[in-house]
Amino acid sequence: MNRRKIGVYVCHCGGNISDYVDVEKVVDAVKGEEDVVVARTAMFTCSDATQQEIYDDIRELGLDGLVVASCSPKLHTFTFRGVAKRAGLNPFQYTQVNVREQCSWAHTDDRQGATEKAVRLVRAGIARTRLLRPLEPTVVETVPKTLVIGAGIAGLRAAIGLADIGLSVVVVEREAEVGGWVKDFGPMYPRDKEGHELVRQLEAKVRQRENIALFTSAEVVRKAGSFGDYVVDIKTHGKSAMTMQIHVGSIIVATGFDTYRPEEGEYGYGIDGVVTLPEYKKMLDAAEGPLAYHGRPVKDVAYIYCVGSRQGDAGPHQYCSRFCCSAAVHSALELYSRDPSARQFHLYRDMRTYGRYELMYRESREKGSTYLKFAEDEPPAVQKGADGRLVVTIRDQLTGQKEVRIPADLVVLVTGMVPRENDGLVGALKLPVGRDGFFNEIHPKLRPVETVVDGVTICGACQFPKNASESVASGLAAVTQSAAMLKQGRAELDPQVASVDPGLCTDCGVCYETCPYDAIRPKEEPEGRRVAVIDPATCKGCGGCAPVCPERAINLEGYTQAEIKAMIEGLAREVV
Amino acid sequence: MAVQQQAAVREDARAFSPRILVLSTNNISDPGIDLAGSAHMHYPPTVTTIALPCTSAIMPEWIVHALEQGFDGVFIASDGEECAYLRDCAERSAQMFETAQKELKERGISPARLQMAAICSVCAEPFTRYMHEFSQTLTELGPVRKE
Repeated sequence: MNRRKIGVYVCHCGGNISDYVDVEKVVDAVKGEEDVVVARTAMFTCSDATQQEIYDDIRELGLDGLVVASCSPKLHTFTFRGVAKRAGLNPFQYTQVNVREQCSWAHTDDRQGATEKAVRLVRAGIARTRLLRPLEPTVVETVPKTLVIGAGIAGLRAAIGLADIGLSVVVVEREAEVGGWVKDFGPMYPRDKEGHELVRQLEAKVRQRENIALFTSAEVVRKAGSFGDYVVDIKTHGKSAMTMQIHVGSIIVATGFDTYRPEEGEYGYGIDGVVTLPEYKKMLDAAEGPLAYHGRPVKDVAYIYCVGSRQGDAGPHQYCSRFCCSAAVHSALELYSRDPSARQFHLYRDMRTYGRYELMYRESREKGSTYLKFAEDEPPAVQKGADGRLVVTIRDQLTGQKEVRIPADLVVLVTGMVPRENDGLVGALKLPVGRDGFFNEIHPKLRPVETVVDGVTICGACQFPKNASESVASGLAAVTQSAAMLKQGRAELDPQVASVDPGLCTDCGVCYETCPYDAIRPKEEPEGRRVAVIDPATCKGCGGCAPVCPERAINLEGYTQAEIKAMIEGLAREVV
Repeated sequence: MAVQQQAAVREDARAFSPRILVLSTNNISDPGIDLAGSAHMHYPPTVTTIALPCTSAIMPEWIVHALEQGFDGVFIASDGEECAYLRDCAERSAQMFETAQKELKERGISPARLQMAAICSVCAEPFTRYMHEFSQTLTELGPVRKE
């Protein structure tokens, strides 16, 4: 085997690593490893100065392998791939070793143990790098057209953004009308723009643009092809029912949310006068002048927060729904604007009117709103009083656990967002769904709208609860991501995919059935032999086919059998 | 002499800190393990992790190899039901797990040295708990080299 020239860089991370790991000792321990020609520490490996240093080493020493031991690969893999590429080193001949999240920070109590572990981790990284082959990304031609699924506020805004960049857009909406939830809203925070007016403007812009085709009462029923040229079947319902097939380069999913429906009896739901937040919003938006309920003026309103959210281990909705605190406070302000003498009581577990919405919270208190805090294990009770009015009982955590009885004309259950039932679409697109039922991005900070399915991005509240402006912002992020993929006319796919060694393949056929993406097909070889081949553009790089092969003829690039075994050996070797 | 030997064995057991190989996944369990570190939750530094794209990519012979190389246990931090690639990931992983345990038994290695649990991207606390518990189990089993 040819000698390799590997450079190893161990990061202090300004103390985040070096306070708990003796990084100099790590460098001393690995600099004698086979094929290592340079090993050093750096205060911040990701800094421009150290990137330049690595760049210079690659050029001057002719490095053909790079190992960076710093933070999690989720953070800077692309940074260092970029350094490698700029310096003329194949970016896939680099290994990121996680000595921060999975070493220094996890063992702040054991400097010796953490240092030994770091040595093992770096050795494993070197062992892997010695075997890495240069990989070239698969280049695919891309169709300059995007499919947007869902014509709510996020989907509409995304369609306009794409069209204005010069891409063709097909918008598919399941309902007969566009606009989703927002089309029924009156004033929305933060600027009190009317929801139905916003949707009207967006719809007009969509209809003006010749490069947007909008289909309502329509659904996506099937997706074939691969990134760059997806073939999608769309079925329309109603009078002009038909199925059509379109070719698109990328797909944006903006299917939105549903609202939580309380169980009968949950915080008195079912009793006349107990309503959910969306029901209340509708009443407020429809009312002219002060609010009335069944002809009786509404003077006292009690809001109960976190209904259907943060349900603990037992419930399906363990997450905080984020938008509801601000939405409820905004509704309270809407009521004050109609009736400044209204008495409003907010029964909460924790208030989260984050960012500038804090100003609405302050305004509501200045206008007379009273906030009472209840404990999770002692929720408020809602009953019908003898006089026919509602009574809410709460043990207030902020005034010495006093039991407070609040008479109310209306009780508003501040309900959160829940994921929409979308089984058909999830099946057709193979969309990743998280534990909470919302769609999953690859990384919430670094790749916030991309999914593991190349060319398929997500935005709006199908991803997690968002308010309208956050939904639009993520819709525009999806536009940028989609346009970046399509505008060049070609796209690079991750080359870390599976491949078959034709010399080992016996055409037994086991792998043909195993790939749900149909990436593995039989192929005739010139000498009349038939072997399995994997289409690199269709392969998602999961490696699920590799252990299925009885001949062990399949390897996943970057995770080959030889590389993993070498890593195991690198980790196992004693640290002297 | 016998007493001295017993004492030496006890001393050995005290010093023994089992080596654990964790096989995680890039998008699901590895972020959960990262989160444990970010929260400065402690687990033994003799735990080391290799991340793969998907649990279904794990080959049983890697597990055998790890134990033959001196790891005292292998823990598969699986995707469970959350795999972004394969809908039947959990079934595939369960099958691989059984095969690996069988192969361990054939080699006279205790199948208890292999464990698997679904670790999600925010499962920091469960992960550290599993590591402490597995470490305890392996301490009771003793070093793999003595089997």
